[in-house]
Amino acid sequence: MKVLVPVKRVIDYNVKARVKADQTGVDLANVKMSMNPFCEIAVEEAVRLKEKGVATEVVIVSIGPAQAQETIRTALAMGGDRGILITSDADLEPLAVAKLLAAVVAEENPNLVVMGKQAIDGDNNAVGQMLSALLGWPQATYASAIEVSGSTAKVTREVDGGLQTLDVDLPAVITADLRLNEPRYASLPNIMKAKKKEIASKTVADYGVDVAPRLKVIKVTEPAKRSAGIKVETAADLVSKLNTAGVL
Amino acid sequence: MGVLVVADNDNAHLRDATHKTVTAALKISGDVDVLVLGKGAKAVADAAAKIAGVRKVLLAESDALGHGIAEAQADAVLALAGAYDAILVPATSGGKNFAPRVAAKLDVAPISEIVEVVSADTFVRPIYAGNALETIQSSDAKKVITVRPTAFPAAAEGGSASVETVGGADAGKTRFVSEEMVKSDRPELAAAKIVVSGGRAMGSAEEFQRVIEPLADKLGAAVGASRAAVDAGYAPNDYQVGQTGKVVAPQLYVAIGISGAIQHLAGMKDSKVIVAINKDADAPIFQVADFGLVADYKSAVPELMDALSAAGK
Ligand SMILES: Cc1cc2nc3c(=O)[nH]c(=O)nc-3n(C[C@H](O)[C@H](O)[C@H](O)COP(=O)(O)OP(=O)(O)OC[C@H]3O[C@@H](n4cnc5c(N)ncnc54)[C@H](O)[C@@H]3O)c2cc1C
Ligand SMILES: Nc1ncnc2c1ncn2[C@@H]1O[C@H](COP(=O)(O)O)[C@@H](O)[C@H]1O
Repeated sequence: MKVLVPVKRVIDYNVKARVKADQTGVDLANVKMSMNPFCEIAVEEAVRLKEKGVATEVVIVSIGPAQAQETIRTALAMGGDRGILITSDADLEPLAVAKLLAAVVAEENPNLVVMGKQAIDGDNNAVGQMLSALLGWPQATYASAIEVSGSTAKVTREVDGGLQTLDVDLPAVITADLRLNEPRYASLPNIMKAKKKEIASKTVADYGVDVAPRLKVIKVTEPAKRSAGIKVETAADLVSKLNTAGVL
Repeated sequence: MGVLVVADNDNAHLRDATHKTVTAALKISGDVDVLVLGKGAKAVADAAAKIAGVRKVLLAESDALGHGIAEAQADAVLALAGAYDAILVPATSGGKNFAPRVAAKLDVAPISEIVEVVSADTFVRPIYAGNALETIQSSDAKKVITVRPTAFPAAAEGGSASVETVGGADAGKTRFVSEEMVKSDRPELAAAKIVVSGGRAMGSAEEFQRVIEPLADKLGAAVGASRAAVDAGYAPNDYQVGQTGKVVAPQLYVAIGISGAIQHLAGMKDSKVIVAINKDADAPIFQVADFGLVADYKSAVPELMDALSAAGK
């Protein structure tokens, strides 16, 4: 069974994004970039499926600038087998990403796509669902457990109110939530090995997909700042302040 | 034409996120219909018909819809989409699960979690864990949008729309197996007026229950948690507040033993009043707290309980 894992290079989750003074976007110059944390969880899950003998090949794909190659290398160091980099200097919208991924799926014919539930830059939480819809494959989003058996997968999902378990026919698209697993750190030998793994270089044009933006960014602004309030000395003082504020 | 709002419901109850999404919809068009997806959900449709400003309510029912299966939900919406300029879905985990499917099938760019309607084609949404707000204009003829409920006031009651039954939809290659819902008599986290959240400092599920829950009960509050507390199993996943959990904006948010990571702040920084109890005076949570108490929760929470009792709570 072949598993495809789409990964995105994003601002590191420890970095607080700053809006550019000219309001055209977020300042990413000299900012630490990393693999989207949810994508890391997806890679880990795919590698575990391989270690369990369920998956035979784990293919990593990323759409992004040339540096997204590093993100793919990280995934290969974690245990991915080979990569595909589709270079694009524009940060494509989820619709365009989903269409490109659908084209990759048509070429690669995986039995399963495991990906992140959300990229922490755009916070869209959309590509997985859209890819599933475009492919006509079942979807199981926000997974906290995946059990593949034969031609189906049982997926436990984190939903409002608790957990839901679905059984989906393969091929399917599954998106990872935080509790699915804890991604490993790549070992030095595996990082060295990953340098020799193949990464195919593609362009958006290779897939003949229309990626023209549908959304025009008018401006990007900073949200209203919340100013720090006061420190209270005692719990009684706190209660009296809350009473005065009328929130009890 | 007009706007179709897809209701947030659990087959028995209409949730408040629907009323808030109707408010956003009315900023786009005066013609707002509500679609209820479920099974045995007639009472939900009747409740939706009472929202002021709603033109009519459509009720689609099937087993798959009753279980919130995204494939079925998207198909039911798509069957009606031709008649609308925009489809608005509350940005709950259920809404976020199917709305992008609708967009993909209609070949439009979905717009996630708007917090403001600027005009019929221009919207504001948070990005980067709420550290930036993006104003975007859509060139798609039809819009598919999820709406962050906490950013809009609830539409009032007082309507008397008609209820019409429309076609259900099936789950395709997905089967519902089971669900495990957290049972609680407390207010719903996303809509509660007061939220008490606990973090990693609790150290165990027993301690979380011993410390956080009685305080929440005393305040009539919902219970929330940080990711660290959920990951460690102190609280159910459904309690997670943050960038990738629930977004809340209560009158009062009490964070106990939570450091205030960017991802947590993204889910609660629009609360009216924020209280933080943390033994580390430098914890980032104090940068957004209106009232900070630098103390060990082990003594501070019992003292707070006593002070509340003394104040007649
Ligand atoms: C992709 C991604 C998504 C994420 N999404 C979310 C999300 O949605 N929500 C979320 O919350 N987090 C999220 N996080 C995690 C986030 O980065 C933090 O790790 C998390 O919020 C920390 O939880 P915490 O504050 O409980 O724990 P810690 O950061 O460990 O803080 C514990 C605090 O308790 C205090 N403390 C300890 N003992 C006591 C005591 N006895 N009395 C009083 N205070 C005490 C300490 O001083 C400390 O400030 C996400 C992270 C990633 C990478
Ligand atoms: N540019 C990209 N390249 C590869 N995968 C992507 C890209 N953008 C999004 N994805 C995938 O889609 C998931 C959800 O992203 P989003 O819908 O943008 O929040 C991510 O976790 C990735 O798995």
